[in-house]
Amino acid sequence: MSTAETLQPTPQPMTGTRAATRTGLLIIGASQAGVQLAVSLRALGFDEHITLLGDEDHRPYQRPALSKEFLQGTIESESLIFRSADYWVEHNISVVKGERIVRVDKDADGSGVAHAASGASFPFSRLALTVGARARRMEVEGADLDRVLYLRNADDALELKARIGEAQDVVLIGGGFIGLEAASSLQKLGKNVTLLELGPRLVGRAVGEETAEYFLQAHRARGLDIRLNTNVSRFAADDSGRAVAGVELSDGTVLPAQIVLIGIGVIPNTDLAEQLGLEVGNGIVVDRYSIASDGTTVAVGDCANMPNPVPGSAPGERIRLESVNNAVEQAKVAAYSLTGRREEYAGIPWFWSNQADLKLQIAGLCTGHDQTVIRRDDERGKFSVLYYRGGQIIAADCVNAPLDFMAVKNALASGRNIPAAAAADPATALKTITTDSPTANQPPEGA
Amino acid sequence: MPTVHFTDADGTVREIDGNVGDSVMETAVRNGVPGIVAECGGSLSCATCHVFVREDCFEQLPPMSDMEDEMLYGTAIDRQDNSRLSCQLKLDGDDVFVTTPSTQV
Ligand SMILES: Cc1cc2nc3c(=O)[nH]c(=O)nc-3n(C[C@H](O)[C@H](O)[C@H](O)COP(=O)(O)OP(=O)(O)OC[C@H]3O[C@@H](n4cnc5c(N)ncnc54)[C@H](O)[C@@H]3O)c2cc1C
Ligand code: FES
Repeated sequence: MSTAETLQPTPQPMTGTRAATRTGLLIIGASQAGVQLAVSLRALGFDEHITLLGDEDHRPYQRPALSKEFLQGTIESESLIFRSADYWVEHNISVVKGERIVRVDKDADGSGVAHAASGASFPFSRLALTVGARARRMEVEGADLDRVLYLRNADDALELKARIGEAQDVVLIGGGFIGLEAASSLQKLGKNVTLLELGPRLVGRAVGEETAEYFLQAHRARGLDIRLNTNVSRFAADDSGRAVAGVELSDGTVLPAQIVLIGIGVIPNTDLAEQLGLEVGNGIVVDRYSIASDGTTVAVGDCANMPNPVPGSAPGERIRLESVNNAVEQAKVAAYSLTGRREEYAGIPWFWSNQADLKLQIAGLCTGHDQTVIRRDDERGKFSVLYYRGGQIIAADCVNAPLDFMAVKNALASGRNIPAAAAADPATALKTITTDSPTANQPPEGA
Repeated sequence: MPTVHFTDADGTVREIDGNVGDSVMETAVRNGVPGIVAECGGSLSCATCHVFVREDCFEQLPPMSDMEDEMLYGTAIDRQDNSRLSCQLKLDGDDVFVTTPSTQV
């Protein structure tokens, strides 16, 4: 990322009393969720000072391209930057880079002081946690060798890009979205890529069986070496003993690798929340309004665990979503809360992933489906799976089929339905068969 | 330096200097131009960067891909003949005139 244009921290480290320093809202975590929260607050007329603070040494940037266009070298780092420096100045938002908050002291009224590892303190009248998630580390012999890499942030991506030139063989561990996207990108760069997945299928539970199988076949047809049900027993070092040279599988096979990239999921950052005594469980527990258990702190994005926002979901069901769309929608809800309004998460969750020439778009959440309809048009390279519960459409996985994706997303947003029987013919435009049948016409069976 | 002229649904005009090679979407978002959401950051996946392009700018713009064409059927405000997704509109040297729809979501 370009360092030519730097944003200097505006809030001064606190000296003497708290009242002497600028307070207002402190947002810890300057990424998708934090940026959206700040931007939405200004759009709603919030006029207190906002400090958007993060521990990375980059201006706030977006992550999705890190495994796609940025890794492939088709876009430049400048394109990842969310907002120009002028924008932040004009909107009275101080962007603080490179400060890691290690402790927060908070009073019952919601105000307090956040302490950074550097010794700087940041007083606040209200706190927002948009601290995201970190890459899950792999615990196996040799995992700390040089050139064993992860891909969560810009520094990871820059390191991978810097080192990829020396490598011909790359082993990717983890058949989730990050692994598949990076594998496709690295394959495009001419690398010899092998992708290892511990489980029996790709992309865990994020998509249904049929979609996972479609991706498996599609990637294999494009020459990607994907091995399912494959366990890694250790990483072997090169002659220097410092850098990785191979991946040993549990059956004894050793795959050569000058780079190992691990993408085995993320862990929400909850340490600050725990230290604050907030309720935590697979993320920071928040209510429908993005407010944590202390009643004042808001938490948004990958770090937050919220009631399932999808209409008709089982009562009491909670989820933590890792997507741009969720960070954006939840941030809007939190912005309303901070301006004294109560607005629930109303959006339809959606997600995308680009892998080689495959564009996956997911609308809704398929949890609890009791019926699927597959629309497959191999001639045109299109594939969609529609998910139903009690006859009502609840989600769709769409590959190279934006029309299907849009039709389902719009139907879900307007509480309409796409009858399963009529949807089976891939030549039928879903938009034309969308009906007004009410959503929760049939209560979900069981829980 | 090309200038992008954004007119919103109420007729308010914003003129933003852009860089050659940047997209109309990037130029808007970086400067906080309302009316462009661009959730997917230019990945051609969200259709929330919809704009109406002034007719005489058509020729200078890159042609529309099939994927963009399909995505345009899902915009919040219905597409018109001069609809484009602004993340696909890279600036060359010339000014571009676009109108943003009244909503993107
Ligand atoms: C390579 C990659 C590709 C992706 N592709 C897609 C995609 O195609 N589509 C999609 O929808 N989503 C995608 N995602 C997911 C999406 O990027 C995340 O859901 C989104 O970034 C979540 O935003 P967030 O702000 O909640 O958390 P994060 O982006 O994790 O940001 C949290 C920030 O807080 C900082 N922080 C944490 N603790 C502290 C502290 N104590 N003090 C100061 N700062 C702190 C972190 O360093 C980080 O900068 C992708 C993610 C990655 C990594
Ligand atoms: S920014 Fe998402 S389609 Fe243009």
